[in-house]
Amino acid sequence: MNTRTRALLFLPLGAALAAFLLWGLAGLPDFGSTQGPYARYLARHATAQRHVTNVPTSIVFDYRALDTLGEELILFTCVMGTALLLRSSREAEEQRPSDRPTSAAQRHLVSLLIPVTVLLGLWTISYGYLTPGGGFQGGVVCGAAALMLWAAGGYRDHRALTPTGLVDAAEGLGAAAYIGLGLAVLAAGHAFLANVLPLGSTGTLASGGTIAVLNWATGLEVSAATVLVFHEFLKEYVQTLPGAAED
Amino acid sequence: MTALTALVLTAVAVLGVAVVLARDPLRQVMLNGLFGLSQVLLFTVLQAPDVAISMAVVSTVAYPAVLLMTIHRVGPQDRG
Repeated sequence: MNTRTRALLFLPLGAALAAFLLWGLAGLPDFGSTQGPYARYLARHATAQRHVTNVPTSIVFDYRALDTLGEELILFTCVMGTALLLRSSREAEEQRPSDRPTSAAQRHLVSLLIPVTVLLGLWTISYGYLTPGGGFQGGVVCGAAALMLWAAGGYRDHRALTPTGLVDAAEGLGAAAYIGLGLAVLAAGHAFLANVLPLGSTGTLASGGTIAVLNWATGLEVSAATVLVFHEFLKEYVQTLPGAAED
Repeated sequence: MTALTALVLTAVAVLGVAVVLARDPLRQVMLNGLFGLSQVLLFTVLQAPDVAISMAVVSTVAYPAVLLMTIHRVGPQDRG
């Protein structure tokens, strides 16, 4: 098919699609004018009902906890797929290629920033139901600290300080804790993932009932999942280095 | 809609198109980071800080890291 025929086919079809989309856009409510009944209800009642000050987290880990379980399992499956595809035969530790950064400034500055990043991640997780943040966001920040281990000390340090067995176990534990809590609540005679724990006092870390537990379970799962993805991709990267063993 | 919202929305549109039009994968990753940053600003302006933080950690940490490693791994063979 030459360019002319393609253009002749595209122009009328493209115009029709554009007209259809514009028609749809014209029918949308004005920007920022509509608030659904559900949003209005939650904005008014979530803090009183669940004793948390960050309403989005109460939605993610309570009102819509089942959706979050699905999302967590998507991440879990992604990591499993990545590992299945990329995790080859066990590599011996001493055979790992070394790519220690040559810049002293990079090594020292990044080393200094690693504890700060871990602290930021833990803070984002632990205050997830009081201020913006939560298990997912803080988990990725903690995972980024593992990437900084590579930036500061190279691939060998990165792998040595984040042992795959431990991270694998942490990821499984995070996912299992989420499902386990749901099942425990079910066994106690309530709905799956219903918030049955004491709600505590609003505005403190001891508040939110199951929201706090699910928040930490998600934080653990996401941190470990991020680290595992970085493991596999970094392993592919270091194979391009001179002196790396081909497999 | 305030002028600030309009400005950030425009930045999102421009950077989104720029990501699609970029041909060099490395340049595309960098533009994609800026595109993500513009969305972080958009969610902040629209008062959705939780989404803004999610977008920030994904678009500036996890996604570019994985993309850069992949480009480095497959790059030399595929680039003409």
